Amino acid sequence: MLVKQLSVFMENRPGRLYKLTHALGKEGIDFVTLSIADTKDFGIVRFIARDNERAYEILKNEGFTVGITELIGVEVDDKPNALAEVVALMEEADMNIEYLYSFVLTNHNTAKILMRVEDTDRAVRMLQEKGIKLLSEKIL
Amino acid sequence: MAVKDYIYRPEFECMTRSEMENLQSERLKKTVERVYNNCKPYREKMDAIKLKPSDIRSVSDLVKLPFTVKHDLREAYPFGFYSSPASEIVEVHASSGTTGKLTVVGYTQNDIDVWAEVAARSLAMAGVSKDSLVHVAYGYGLFTGGLGAHYGAQKIGASTVPASAGNTIRQLTLLRDFGATHLCCTPSYAIFLGTEIQKAGMDIKDFNLVGGAFGAEPWTYQMRAELEKLLGIDALDIYGLSEICGPGVAMECMQKHGSHVQEDHFIPEIIDPETLEPLPFGSEGELVFTTITKTGQPLIRYRTRDLCTLSDEKCACGRTTVKMSKVKGRSDDMLIIRGVNVFPSQIEAAIMNVAGVSPHYMIYVDRINNLDVMQIDIELEGNMAPDKVSDIESIKKKVETEVNSYIGLSAKIKLCESGSIQRSEGKAVRVIDRRE
Repeated sequence: MLVKQLSVFMENRPGRLYKLTHALGKEGIDFVTLSIADTKDFGIVRFIARDNERAYEILKNEGFTVGITELIGVEVDDKPNALAEVVALMEEADMNIEYLYSFVLTNHNTAKILMRVEDTDRAVRMLQEKGIKLLSEKIL
Repeated sequence: MAVKDYIYRPEFECMTRSEMENLQSERLKKTVERVYNNCKPYREKMDAIKLKPSDIRSVSDLVKLPFTVKHDLREAYPFGFYSSPASEIVEVHASSGTTGKLTVVGYTQNDIDVWAEVAARSLAMAGVSKDSLVHVAYGYGLFTGGLGAHYGAQKIGASTVPASAGNTIRQLTLLRDFGATHLCCTPSYAIFLGTEIQKAGMDIKDFNLVGGAFGAEPWTYQMRAELEKLLGIDALDIYGLSEICGPGVAMECMQKHGSHVQEDHFIPEIIDPETLEPLPFGSEGELVFTTITKTGQPLIRYRTRDLCTLSDEKCACGRTTVKMSKVKGRSDDMLIIRGVNVFPSQIEAAIMNVAGVSPHYMIYVDRINNLDVMQIDIELEGNMAPDKVSDIESIKKKVETEVNSYIGLSAKIKLCESGSIQRSEGKAVRVIDRRE
């Protein structure tokens, strides 16, 4: 029921993001999502690739500090208040969201929300009980 | 107004060479006897080379004696180098050692008196008299800077203000309002104070400063020129290390060309740091001291690791004591940052306590606005899985805390990608000192 995501530590200096995207691009790895959490000194690049395992191998070989994280993925209708409803459920259950991002695929009328939470199992159970549609890696 | 250099103790500071050597010989013999009979590490060192106190008859026999290094003191931590019963020790100081363990020095009342004497002689070179007001902005505490200057100024009978370090605005207010004539602190902090006067809305014309003794870190003649201009003073270099006694081991006279070593208390030598052979006057090498009047923790041929030259040329000030040049470097990798001794090995030991970082690091030292600033770049461990910003931030915080508790100084920590810090072939380069 969980979506795998790769996280890469990156120093805040020119050329680093290119090195990462190029390393994957030249091996034919396609990104599904990509987001960057940035601070003054460093960033964490988080992404989902079509082939996460291969992307992980490639980055490891290139010397990147990379790890695999599991996220909860939720599919909602692409309409106002859809995100708020999911967030409200989390809040009611007193569950902390570490980070979250969302994206919309143009040929669908749904939006996907990906989030990292403290207690993944509990969050999954709660969302399923509430009838929220969860994504798996394959659906992406 | 210029500083009036005067000779505090002419009967010792202006001795002829033969008088000095006779005095040194007498005092050396007594010291060797004392350490042999009372200090186990020295008895073992001397027994190992079959040397008896009676083999030491004059200063020319000094070369027969074994060396002492910082490591020896650490091995005997905390009080194993005392040559007096602990009941005779009245004060204890300590400086940072190479792996986080402190180097401890115990002083008897006699040793405190010796220290006050040499510090008084030093401050007299900067013109400190009974009528002076000496503002001490060195840190007071285990570090010898604060109390050394303090004892010297009090011995002379000057008004002594133990301001200690920190709080720039308060320092400037005290200096101005009390009408301090002399300032004692690290040269970089003095320059910093000078540059802050205007920012604090003050005017140097309202200050009474004429001179100062600045030390605890190496500084250049360019820094002197800047400091003298900023504060309108004569700025003199004071040298010392806690193992020998603290500030006052040597001090620059108003000739501003080399520092007079208080030879009737500390015999200086220059050796080749590789072969350990003594070198003649004028050759650059490692400075070595033998204390000949201390009783608590006398040291025999203590290797300071400071590189400099000694000179017996006649000085225009009238003193006849040997002079040492400015310290030109170190024969080990010790750094002096804001007056604090820092060894890369201490930083390494601190880093090793934190999970998530690798032992690959690089220390950068800069002087920004006349203050020493240290940055440590450290690689994250290769197999760590980074995901949450807060996890990375907490690793950074931990490194900061550990480094601070090991060396007593804060450093800016920068976490780097694994493999990004240059690996060197052969001896690892761990420090890049970009200070002028």
